[in-house]
Amino acid sequence: MERDITLTVNGTEHELSVEPRTLLIHALRDEMGYTGPNVGCESSTCGTCTVHVDGKAVKACTELAVRAEGSEITTIEALNEDGELHPLQESFQEEHGLQCGYCTPGMVMTAAEFLEEEPDPDREEIREALEGNLCRCTGYQNIVNAVETGAEKMRTETAADGGTVEGGD
Amino acid sequence: MATEERRSGPDGVETVDADDVDAADILGSAIERREDPSLLTGDAEYTDDIQLPDSAHAAILRSQYAHARIEGIDTSEAEAMDDVVDVFTAEDIDVPGNLPTAWDLDTLRTVDHPVLAEDRIRYQGDALAVVVAEERYQAHDAVDRIDVDYDRLEAVTDPETALDDDAPVVHEEEGTNTAFDWEIGDADETDAAFAEADHAVGIDVTNQLLIPNAMEPRAAIADYDDSDDELTLHMTTQNPHVHRLLLSGVIDHPEHKLRVRAPDVGGGFGSKIHHYADEALVALAAKRAERPVKWQATRTETYLTDAQGRGHETHAELAVDDDGTIRGLRVDTAANMGAYLSTFAPAVPTYLYGTLLSGQYDIPAIHCEVSGVFTNVPPVDAYRGAGRPEASFVVERIVKEAADAIGMDPTELRRHNFPDPDEFPHATPVAMEYDSGDYDKTLDRALDLVDYDEFRERQERAREEGRYIGVGLSCYIEACGLAPSELVGELGAGAGLWESGLVRFTPSGTVKAAVGTSGHGQGHDTTYAQVVANELGVDYDDVDVDEGDTDALPQGMGTYGSRSAAVGGSALVQSARKVVDKARKIAAHQLEADPIDVEFEDGEFYVAGAPDRSMGVQDVALEAYLAHDIPDDIEPGLEATTFFDPDNFVFPFGTHVAVVEVDPDTGEIEFEDYVAVDDVGNQINPKIVEGQIHGGVAQGVGQALYEGAEYDENGQLVTGSMQDYTVPKAEHIPDMETDSTTTPSPVNPLGVKGVGEAGTIAAPQAVVNAVVDALEPFGVEDIDMPLTNERVWRAAHGNGGDS
Repeated sequence: MERDITLTVNGTEHELSVEPRTLLIHALRDEMGYTGPNVGCESSTCGTCTVHVDGKAVKACTELAVRAEGSEITTIEALNEDGELHPLQESFQEEHGLQCGYCTPGMVMTAAEFLEEEPDPDREEIREALEGNLCRCTGYQNIVNAVETGAEKMRTETAADGGTVEGGD
Repeated sequence: MATEERRSGPDGVETVDADDVDAADILGSAIERREDPSLLTGDAEYTDDIQLPDSAHAAILRSQYAHARIEGIDTSEAEAMDDVVDVFTAEDIDVPGNLPTAWDLDTLRTVDHPVLAEDRIRYQGDALAVVVAEERYQAHDAVDRIDVDYDRLEAVTDPETALDDDAPVVHEEEGTNTAFDWEIGDADETDAAFAEADHAVGIDVTNQLLIPNAMEPRAAIADYDDSDDELTLHMTTQNPHVHRLLLSGVIDHPEHKLRVRAPDVGGGFGSKIHHYADEALVALAAKRAERPVKWQATRTETYLTDAQGRGHETHAELAVDDDGTIRGLRVDTAANMGAYLSTFAPAVPTYLYGTLLSGQYDIPAIHCEVSGVFTNVPPVDAYRGAGRPEASFVVERIVKEAADAIGMDPTELRRHNFPDPDEFPHATPVAMEYDSGDYDKTLDRALDLVDYDEFRERQERAREEGRYIGVGLSCYIEACGLAPSELVGELGAGAGLWESGLVRFTPSGTVKAAVGTSGHGQGHDTTYAQVVANELGVDYDDVDVDEGDTDALPQGMGTYGSRSAAVGGSALVQSARKVVDKARKIAAHQLEADPIDVEFEDGEFYVAGAPDRSMGVQDVALEAYLAHDIPDDIEPGLEATTFFDPDNFVFPFGTHVAVVEVDPDTGEIEFEDYVAVDDVGNQINPKIVEGQIHGGVAQGVGQALYEGAEYDENGQLVTGSMQDYTVPKAEHIPDMETDSTTTPSPVNPLGVKGVGEAGTIAAPQAVVNAVVDALEPFGVEDIDMPLTNERVWRAAHGNGGDS
């Protein structure tokens, strides 16, 4: 028995019919074509499916699409604006924080939310923040470097915009 | 090619934007990867991202049990479900359907490996039936409605038990679980070495079964065009051409009407080399349904079906003299092959293992016997390192034990047995001839980075405070870029191990390079472009690289065994040089000079002694295609293809050192330091090299401390999900300090050696040696991997856990 729902993804409203059991990740990927987030484990362990739901990082492989109705969903596709990479995307490239790239959309989305909460984390805090995102290629070191560098870029941007930076240097 | 030694702390090598690098320096520069923007923005296209019009979805029913007779399969309920397009079992398919083993050994018992089980199940993931439905969920629903009548049999999962007389027999018709018996080296000479040596040291080691865990589960989409019999597979593969060849036999489809394409592939680590039943089943499903069919493995399916790695039980003995001279090594291994012989499986515990048992040492006599054993676990085949980690683990563990036994510093025992740098090529008693090496250099650098000289004092002081720190070394050797083809053919390979590379100028002067390897995270688009731009003297951005599509490339053998740069990169170098040779003749004609007098430098041809008479290679390309004014004996066009077949393997080496603190009260292990000094020959892109080392070490640390496929007594996989099998998280892996030395390989024009597997080969024994060293005051000599808190605690408490 399908249900009609409306999902707002990256600022665009989508009307679709889904089964009550349809996972948000499959609605995003199969129904709406947002294939940036990936499926790695179907059990909330690996984090490749991470998207933002109302600004919070959520594992879309264990969230039902119907529960996301009325929420603002952001996927990796919308993180860069006006053709410019987000500072975190830039820093992942500069620091070689990705290899096969499969975990990367989830990793970046988790890191982006984390840096909103904690703009100036140390390496240990970054490693803890990424505990729900697995990477099999990089050994994490360059991901940690990328998040450190991305945090620095974001603090600089915030400062340049005249904002205040909690814990900034 | 930059050859200076590099040092990097946690921040590592600094990358540069390719636009900021002079063309002459492009090779050897740590430029940012051109692959990354698409991977970082969600534009990448992995197999499951592809949505072909009118696509149906397949799901595969897998056995509930590890060992059973199939009494019957009832698919009627599934077939009756709405939106189910097709259901088929073994009796419905009329193609050979037998997965081949592409490596032979003299004593190998080749057994049938049907793509759908016919009357018997031999491991828990064995495929029984295929459902094709309109939607993904419906296909899985229908699979759940298939009823299988099993007659369960006793199962056996470890190779030593499987060799017992009363063990269940996996392949009944063979009457034994022995898949093969293999040996290398000289038994008599080794016996004589032991008879003469001052000491013999023995160890028993388990190298546990591992599950590769590429983040992207395997997947395939088959698209069949009935009108011209063209079948295309988009799939997660490390070697599209190999898959095409094998698949064409399995499903009886002409090879020239079969296209295999690798879109972006989310990691492999060996697991996407092999030909599984699944891609054949998807292809058959698409032909039956006459519409595209997609199959995407669930993570559970990858745990049950991805070829696993390692799985060795080994007894080894080392003959050593009082002064530390190693006289001989004797090794006896039972290797778990799983239920069937996967694609290259017989090579892994034999020619990729026994041949590496000399390690970095000059050992006069070695004898190794290996029994390959059938069990009721998934097929065991290549996983990152494939045989070489197992060999290095044996050698580096026993060398440490020998040093302890004779009271010698483990670094000194190692150093005492290194061949000198001027003794290369260095022949071993296990059939290898190491290309080049300078083992003192990587050892010295690594010891320097961990302040080894003061470590023992620090360790002593710590022990007085009740803290237990330890240092572990791993002086590893690896062999990659297996070659030449004639040799690997003699060893049993059902394939040549050359690589093909095409370099083609367009008329406007840009360059298309195509190569038969198939990257899946290694950054080949970047590094191959660096190689080709350097050879042709053109701008890096003017070079585009194609990989991973049987229709786009001449031929190819794929990416595994750390072979891509050494073999594929070299094929591109040779092709670029052929292109330059042809362009030189055209340029000479245009410049009215003898080709012998025309020099080529930085993309410009010029007449020797008259540098103003010059012509850029990109202008020559236009002339080559215009063909209005080229020499009579030259064909139009400017491209070349090379099948590069190296003369020998390449042998990267290095020293990894782990420094750990162990808490004997909790069994917890903390890294104080992890240093990796690797010599992978010349480096095309040092940042990518660093990334390969980091990732390899992480998988090696994973094996040492966390990972292992565990089965219960019925052969059921206990670690069958990511919540049960510990893929290391960010907080599990230490920051590493990486450094390198550069000893170019003489066997390829790039002087590269390969880096993809080095970390995984090196790390486990560095970690285990460190933990054993830390717990030396407790009399601990060995702990089986993974070194869980419980195992460490038990070891520190005399194994019984009562004290």
